[in-house]
Amino acid sequence: MKQFQSFVLKEFKQIFRDRRTSLILLVLPIVEVLLLGYAITTELNNAAIAVFDPSKDAETRQISERFQASRYFTVVRELTDAQEINDVFQNGDINMVLVFPERFSEKLRNGEGADIQFFIDGTDPNQASMLNGYASGILASFQAEQAELFRQPYQIRTETRMLYNPQGESAYNFVPGVMGLVLMLICAMMTSVAIVREKETGTMEVLLASPMKPAQIILSKMAPYFVISVTNLITILLIATFIMDVPIRGSLFWLSVVSLCFVFVALALGLLISTIVDTQMAALLVSGIGLMMPVMIFSGLIFPLESMPWGLRWISDFIPARWYISAVRKIMIEGVGVEYFAKELGIIILMAVFLMAVAWKKFKIRLS
Amino acid sequence: MVEVNDLSKSYGAVNAVRDLSFSVNRGELYGIIGPDGAGKTTLFRILTTLLLADRGTARIAGLDVVRDYRRIRQLIGYMPGKFSLYQDLTVEENLQFFASVFNTTIEENYYLVEDIYKQIEPFRNRLAGKLSGGMKQKLALSCALIHKPKVLFLDEPTTGVDPVSRKEFWGMLLKLKQQDITILVSTPYMDEAKLCDRIALMQGGRFLEVDTPQHIIDHYPETLWSVRAKEMHRLLGDLRSFPGTKTSFSFGETYHITLGKSSSPESLQRYLEERGHRNVSIQPISPSVEDCFMLLSK
Amino acid sequence: MEEKVIWADGLTKSFGAFTAVDHISFEVRRGEIFGFLGANGAGKTTAMRMLCGLSLPTSGRGEVAGFDIATQQEEVKKHIGYMSQKFSLYEDLKVWENLRLFGGIYGLKSRAIREKTDEILSDLGFESERNTFVRALPLGWKQKLAFSVSIFHEPKVVFLDEPTGGVDPMTRRQFWELIYRAADKGITVFVTTHYMDEAEYCDRVSIMVDGKIEALDSPRALREQFRAENMDDVFQQLARKAKRTSD
Repeated sequence: MKQFQSFVLKEFKQIFRDRRTSLILLVLPIVEVLLLGYAITTELNNAAIAVFDPSKDAETRQISERFQASRYFTVVRELTDAQEINDVFQNGDINMVLVFPERFSEKLRNGEGADIQFFIDGTDPNQASMLNGYASGILASFQAEQAELFRQPYQIRTETRMLYNPQGESAYNFVPGVMGLVLMLICAMMTSVAIVREKETGTMEVLLASPMKPAQIILSKMAPYFVISVTNLITILLIATFIMDVPIRGSLFWLSVVSLCFVFVALALGLLISTIVDTQMAALLVSGIGLMMPVMIFSGLIFPLESMPWGLRWISDFIPARWYISAVRKIMIEGVGVEYFAKELGIIILMAVFLMAVAWKKFKIRLS
Repeated sequence: MVEVNDLSKSYGAVNAVRDLSFSVNRGELYGIIGPDGAGKTTLFRILTTLLLADRGTARIAGLDVVRDYRRIRQLIGYMPGKFSLYQDLTVEENLQFFASVFNTTIEENYYLVEDIYKQIEPFRNRLAGKLSGGMKQKLALSCALIHKPKVLFLDEPTTGVDPVSRKEFWGMLLKLKQQDITILVSTPYMDEAKLCDRIALMQGGRFLEVDTPQHIIDHYPETLWSVRAKEMHRLLGDLRSFPGTKTSFSFGETYHITLGKSSSPESLQRYLEERGHRNVSIQPISPSVEDCFMLLSK
Repeated sequence: MEEKVIWADGLTKSFGAFTAVDHISFEVRRGEIFGFLGANGAGKTTAMRMLCGLSLPTSGRGEVAGFDIATQQEEVKKHIGYMSQKFSLYEDLKVWENLRLFGGIYGLKSRAIREKTDEILSDLGFESERNTFVRALPLGWKQKLAFSVSIFHEPKVVFLDEPTGGVDPMTRRQFWELIYRAADKGITVFVTTHYMDEAEYCDRVSIMVDGKIEALDSPRALREQFRAENMDDVFQQLARKAKRTSD
């Protein structure tokens, strides 16, 4: 126990003496959340929209004017042909097209129901979903006023079509994503670097030739990073709740359980990496390319999983962070019960057990 | 204390250690002398249970290095080639850390490291990375000693260290011997050999010779001549062209040569003077360990 | 008058309050083998860096190969060769590729490089190793090759920083024979070493203690002056006076 204590103490000393390491461990996660958070929640003003209005009646004009009057939108073009819709998107200067059907008023009055279509550029899913929200809001308020005026059920049905990214991922996604990323970074990358550094300086040789058991060495190497990642998790959640207004709808207990399991996966990965490489440089490269990139690409943080070709999606099933992020999303954003993310939790636990076993097996009691 | 039988280890095509057998007695200061690449580090790593040999057995204090590695690790001290310290910990923190790794405290065995540690104690709050080579070496030795090991393995402790620190270091080793610690030390510096109780001259994974330094020198089979003249650079070429020369090497300010049976120093003297050399002096001298090494390594 | 290839007059380098090199003055003649000794931290490396044009002196003057080390650093670098224990050759290139590379770096023409390569390989007896990767060579061979590369462009001075550390005794001697040959060709050799017997191979030796040159003469004269049996004794007597403890 004394061995373990002084080892962990030594590890903390080394972490906090190296300014770069402590910066990465403590400041980077916060910066990352704030950066991603603010980049996303920035309000949208005066998005350029085009209107295709073949019916040109009183109602369609009123609706167009409402859009024009809103501070969120500016009507920059009137389209005369449905063909043009595609063209304006390809030019990239229009964010949204408002499409009315023919005989809008008439359909509205005779109870046929009138459809308005929003075509939204989905390249930036967050912006797209915001546009959709604002546009639906404008229509809803129009509808409410009309209903009062005419005392008759108005039926404007809106149909939104996101081009390029039909799902329009939620703006809250980034918090689970960043949590996955940060845990990977700290547990896997920093652990592997810390172990490999001892190999590089030759101190691992002395430690191995000492009575300290390999298991003790591993555990004392992991403990500090475990503590630091838990600290970071708490910080991220605090920032998310109080600064970003991202709610934690589900159970905090389950959120912690899932996160701890994922931390073990990441620690095991870090340990595994440290057993196959000999230099800190290589450890950084392997964990950078082998772990961070897949997390960014496959976890749905940047690209939505649903729009990926099946081959890549299949690969993504092997990325632990994908399951973690999905579970956290369900707990935090959707606030569902454990039965809904049992699959994710199960997979993460399986991965943790499997990877720990492999890493344990591979960690050598000797040099090679 | 150390028993090695037919030990072999190769990396691919390179035979780092070849069929080594030797034993080290309790309390002995045993030197393994050889240049880089002789296989010294591989041998040390096998003995410190860090590497598995391909063939052969080794025992430390009667314990097998493969089967009983746990127990061996309790009773050995090891200082690898690079001074393995935590550069970002202070002198004192390093010592404290290694003490606790070995389940002991600085106070418990302080008497053992006192002589050495006292010299670096004024700098105990300095980071190990900021120490000079000689001081790092002293700290590393203190760390390897703090748990009072029975056998101490020092892999090239003096490489890259200046002659003064080297001499001090050997002084410390001689003192440690009196504490009943068996010491195995490797070095590429031949002049350090004479301070060991016994030495093994190692090259290409083999021991060329194992004996006390004095015996090795006494068993030098040839007469060694020290040759000097005014123009030293030119002299070497002429020494080599002399038909009776068997070996010739520069040694400090002179050349050390051995002569074939059919030639005498007088004939060499004549030969050199015919070639215009002045102040030629040819003296018989007693060989150094380095002379022996060169003769054996041929 | 013999040609002075290196001279230093009051050369000093300070880092803040710490004076690493403290007013050193000396001269080295053409074709001389000059041993530059000192304990770890005595200031050898700093002095050598100034002479190689890699670091500016705080005060004092010096010339190497006829160029001022403070104002003509680029010229100095062109006329010297440098080899150290740590950096010598590219391990992942073959022997001939290394030679071609360094020939190219020194601006030699392809034909000259080819001729010189053949010459070096036959001098060293390395013809059969032409296509060997440098990393596969024994340390001593690497060092011999590295030395040949450092004088590839026939510089006036070559600086050798602990060139023989860890090399076996046989190869060390072969290495010194290469140094002799270079000196006989008129190349001035400036060398540091931790092997005191090697100090005796030098024409003259300087010993630095705490940033100052405390002794400078031929090994024999130094031995007499300090009533010492060998250079090791001389060195021990001087270096023990050192007050400095850190690098």
